[in-house]
Amino acid sequence: MPETMTPTKTKASTVKSDAPPTGRKRLVKGNEALALGALAGGCECFFGYPITPQNEIPELLSGWMPKLGRVFLQAESEVASINMLYGASACGHRAMTSSSSPGISLMMEGLSYIAGAQLPCVLINVMRGGPGLGNIAPSQSDYFQACKGGGHGDYRCIVLAPWNAQEMFEFPGSAFELADRYRMPVFVLTDAVLGSMLEPATVPDLEQLPPPPKMDKPWATTGRGNRSHKNVANSLYLVPEDLTEHNERLQAGYREALREVRYDTRYLEDAEYVVAAFGISARVGYSAVNMLRKQGLKVGLFRPITLWPFPEKALAELARKVKGILTFELNCGQMVEDVRLAVNGVCPVEFYGVAGGVLPAPEDVANVVRKMMK
Amino acid sequence: MRDEDIAVVEEMECVFSRPEALTDKAFHYCPGCTHGIVHRLVAEMIDEFKLMDRTVGVCPVGCSVLMYDYFECDMIEASHGRAPAVATAVKRTDPNRFVFTYQGDGDLASIGMAETVHAAARGDRITIFFINNGIYGMTGGQMAPTTLIGQRATTSPSGRDERLTGAPIGICELLSSLKGVAYLARVPLTSPKNLKDARKHMRKAIRAQLEDKGLGLVEFLSTCPVQWKMEPIAAMKHIDENVVKVFPPGVFVDCVGDLQK
Amino acid sequence: MKEEVLIAGFGGQGILTMGQLMANAAMYDGLYATWFPSYGPEMRGGTANCTTVFSDEEIGSPIAAIYDTVIVMNQPSLERFGPKVRKGGLLIIDESMVPIRCHRTDVTAIYVPASPLARDAGIERAANVVLLGAFLGIKGKPSVQSVENVIRDLVGAKRPHLIEPNLKALQVGIRIAQERTSAVQA
Repeated sequence: MPETMTPTKTKASTVKSDAPPTGRKRLVKGNEALALGALAGGCECFFGYPITPQNEIPELLSGWMPKLGRVFLQAESEVASINMLYGASACGHRAMTSSSSPGISLMMEGLSYIAGAQLPCVLINVMRGGPGLGNIAPSQSDYFQACKGGGHGDYRCIVLAPWNAQEMFEFPGSAFELADRYRMPVFVLTDAVLGSMLEPATVPDLEQLPPPPKMDKPWATTGRGNRSHKNVANSLYLVPEDLTEHNERLQAGYREALREVRYDTRYLEDAEYVVAAFGISARVGYSAVNMLRKQGLKVGLFRPITLWPFPEKALAELARKVKGILTFELNCGQMVEDVRLAVNGVCPVEFYGVAGGVLPAPEDVANVVRKMMK
Repeated sequence: MRDEDIAVVEEMECVFSRPEALTDKAFHYCPGCTHGIVHRLVAEMIDEFKLMDRTVGVCPVGCSVLMYDYFECDMIEASHGRAPAVATAVKRTDPNRFVFTYQGDGDLASIGMAETVHAAARGDRITIFFINNGIYGMTGGQMAPTTLIGQRATTSPSGRDERLTGAPIGICELLSSLKGVAYLARVPLTSPKNLKDARKHMRKAIRAQLEDKGLGLVEFLSTCPVQWKMEPIAAMKHIDENVVKVFPPGVFVDCVGDLQK
Repeated sequence: MKEEVLIAGFGGQGILTMGQLMANAAMYDGLYATWFPSYGPEMRGGTANCTTVFSDEEIGSPIAAIYDTVIVMNQPSLERFGPKVRKGGLLIIDESMVPIRCHRTDVTAIYVPASPLARDAGIERAANVVLLGAFLGIKGKPSVQSVENVIRDLVGAKRPHLIEPNLKALQVGIRIAQERTSAVQA
């Protein structure tokens, strides 16, 4: 039997986005930052299938990875991609794919198997409009898919939501760290605006990248070598009691991962109203908050960085201090459900969102906040 | 065991034993099923080529879903049909590994056809052992992509009708046009002589990988007496009399060549 | 200090490049900057537009409802984005490409014969750089020096012979904008 995961009782995460990055400051496109971040984070192999609006990631990696002695393969489909991740991850390698919404949907079956087999891997979703073929414009409508399952069975993924180019660079590395620490899949959930936007970020040149870390993964199916026992990567437990036990083990790991919760706040000290938003919405929300502040209105920003685990305690505390929270998302209302659960009726929670690829301007968000304040 | 018994054992020559690559767990397969034979053959090959320490096997979904219990090497349980994609990554992340998949006809030729064809087209250095018994065994006898015309299955109760569901897919014929394939052969498992042929094919399909030539695949014409509703011997006869007419045995691609003796 | 700029024209006129030069120069000045290209079916062959924002404070949204400055290089862009300049804002128009003028009286509209000026500077394709110069001539930010350095670093990396003509085009733009703003103000 494969070794099962016993989450290590380490202290809170050392994964930080504000660690001083090495490299030079330059304008970086979000998708390029993700690709560079993956390499800097020790990504040993990438498997993916082209889909707009994230194609820069596989395009860049297809050139870079072979030069660094790492593995890049354009798979025949997203279905194959995620199963290649499964194989590479089972063998102990840091494996990543990137895609956009419809492609991520195709990966959901494989993701469930990866989660079931307690394997670490990183998925980047540069979200586009849905459902169905939707369009290629920015969207945040895959929040549920990333945070609430997507595939079958009781599993969780850690979900990181960057909001600028620097975080786009740093989060793939954080994702690998977290994935390995808890032996579970980690999403970097971003969107078409952040993916195609240029911003200054401090990023290394290819020559400065460290080699992937050598990690001890005693459970990996590397081939037995000198090991006295075989390893098996598997999610099949035919005996109900065994599967129950396996699920409990998974849940114990997820409970451990709850301590990785991260969020960012602006102007909360005296805020009476708060805009809660992640990723690009938080950028627009931040502009709206700044506009309202200039008018003397006491408004703040709450930005979940981990969408799972969701910063529910912080929001619950905040709810006791403010008069209302506006959740702003590029969808028809997904994260707002978690906000409402966290707030639990303590203060009013309203929702403003646009789905389909329209990016509202800060004024639009500010107007909704003003209405709420009346 | 008493000391005098051991002394007796030492005097005897061992002529048959379980391959080292197999565990001592008893197979769960139905009487007359040929999975056990192919499991043993695969294990013999791992022993023969001394590959145990660097083998990673990829199991399918189907009757042989539990095969990781039977093998001593590292194993990965793939989702239905995706074993070639999993194996591709296992091999590419460390080309020193020996990687095989073991797949049935539903797994390889139906749901996993894309993964099969593309691994073959890429010439991924993996070895595929393909069990073709023309039926879905584990799920209860439904029609497979390799079910013969006229053959009854629980989803073709009056016999497979070509007009409705097409003709059986010959995987060897289909893959033989792809340049990434280095060895491709089909063999029935119906006689000791055929098993000897099977071993020959398997050696070459393994060498295709070890010698960096391309993908190797051996298709085993296999029985499913339970779902065919036949006695085991009748099932073997059915292969020799009927199945081989639709799926002719032979070598379809050989870029491996013979070893210099 | 924050400047939100929208640049629009036909694909191939160097719209996206102009925005990137501006964002890069702002970064060279130590400012925050964003550049965001337009999306949608017009991406290929048709119109192109992008937004550049630079600020001495952290930037939130990379787009806005109305802009401090809109630079247009064709007539459809003027029709579409002319209304998006804030009151008292700046509208820079490539007059060689825009025959019908803007009727707004609540903005400063500067007409620049960008193509002929670029041709005179020895690089016909640098109409975008002339317009960028015009923007600098009026706004004073990003610094001319930073824009020149960006041109040296980015253009010069692949085509060093194009550095001088581009720098010249930039200066021509700066000069004409200053002349024409003083004319507007007079």
